[in-house]
Amino acid sequence: MNINLTLIGQLITFIVFVWFCKQYVWTPIINALAERRTTIADGLAAADKGQAAQAEGEIQAGKLVEEAKGQAAEILNKAEKRGTEIVSEAKTEAGGEGDRILVAARAEIDTEVSKAKESLRAQVSELAVAGAQQILKREVDEKAHADLLDDLAARL
Amino acid sequence: MSSEATLTSSAYIKHHLTNLTYGRHSDGSWGIAHGADEIKEMGFWAIHLDTMFWSILLGVLFLAVFRKVAKNVVAGVPDGMQNFVEWIIDFIDENVRGSFTGKNDLVAPLALTLFCWILLMNVMDLIPVDVIPMLAQLIGIPYMKVVPSTDPNATFAMAIGVFVLTIYYSIKIKGVSGFAAELTMQPFESKNIVLKLLFIPINFILEFVSLIARPISHSLRLFGNMYAGEMIFILIAIMFSGGLSVVAVAGGGLQLVWAIFHILIITLQAFIFMVLTIVYLDMAHQHH
Repeated sequence: MNINLTLIGQLITFIVFVWFCKQYVWTPIINALAERRTTIADGLAAADKGQAAQAEGEIQAGKLVEEAKGQAAEILNKAEKRGTEIVSEAKTEAGGEGDRILVAARAEIDTEVSKAKESLRAQVSELAVAGAQQILKREVDEKAHADLLDDLAARL
Repeated sequence: MSSEATLTSSAYIKHHLTNLTYGRHSDGSWGIAHGADEIKEMGFWAIHLDTMFWSILLGVLFLAVFRKVAKNVVAGVPDGMQNFVEWIIDFIDENVRGSFTGKNDLVAPLALTLFCWILLMNVMDLIPVDVIPMLAQLIGIPYMKVVPSTDPNATFAMAIGVFVLTIYYSIKIKGVSGFAAELTMQPFESKNIVLKLLFIPINFILEFVSLIARPISHSLRLFGNMYAGEMIFILIAIMFSGGLSVVAVAGGGLQLVWAIFHILIITLQAFIFMVLTIVYLDMAHQHH
């Protein structure tokens, strides 16, 4: 229980220890702790950001898919429409062609018929002349009776 | 020690409570004191070699371990030792943040030093009381008190250090007039100038006593607890002196029980000393 020089010695020791602790122990360690704290905080913030970006990306992707779906449907619609158009066009074209062919065929038939009639008339008139020659037993002057024969042929 | 038949119980206790003191003898020569009387004659100009040696050894041990970690400290994943040191530092930092409202970079390292140093000094109490003194006696050292915190010099030195810091920061933060006002203008206040002047001496006496009481209670609390604990260990150790008997076995049991209980006390006292330091410095930083 003696207070003596030890008190001064202890006081100096104490001051040196506190100084050393502050300078070389506390400051570097507390700085490292603070640094780690910021690192962890940054990491957590980055993770949050990443999650937000992912959510945003998912929404964006959904939008894109929706858009693509709409476009696809539109294209499909257009294609169908175009298809029906082509079919109807083809139909009308085919109809017109048919008509044209029909008309042409009819015209041909008409000309064939009139040609046949023509030749038939000529043959009939020849027959008639031959018949008349037989009947008359003589040569009919074709030139003299040409009018007559033409008239006959026209009446056939 | 206890085997020496000539040694009485009271001599045994006295021996254990005597520091290894180096100083000037009454005849003018310098040397180590033998016995309490010689120590008394030396007066103030003597030094307790054992207190100095153990406290410096333990302080250096604490600082060496912490410095080793601080040197290789990494902000990334800490290894085991760094983890342990960080755990203590976090604990101190939390306490300082909780109790200290001002801004001062000295308080936290001060608290850390006090807590670890006092804890280590107190832990010396758990070493069986005879082991180190007996070893010391084998190499010719007559006295060896191994628990520095049972030496009032050590506890007063720390309390005075804290007290000086308290005064320094009080004056630095509040100014001389602010500090003087704190000592004289409360707890009794008055708007009346006459009453005010009348209250100044009363306030001063009250505040001055409470100011001076702080370092004294601060140091004596630690000293008293450790001294009493040490004393009980010594008393238990006396029970062994009867040789192998029922009393000796009971002493062994008591020793164990008291040591386990003492773990609580040494930690608690180190913690209380640290917390009070923080609180006193916080008071010094507060404006009224």
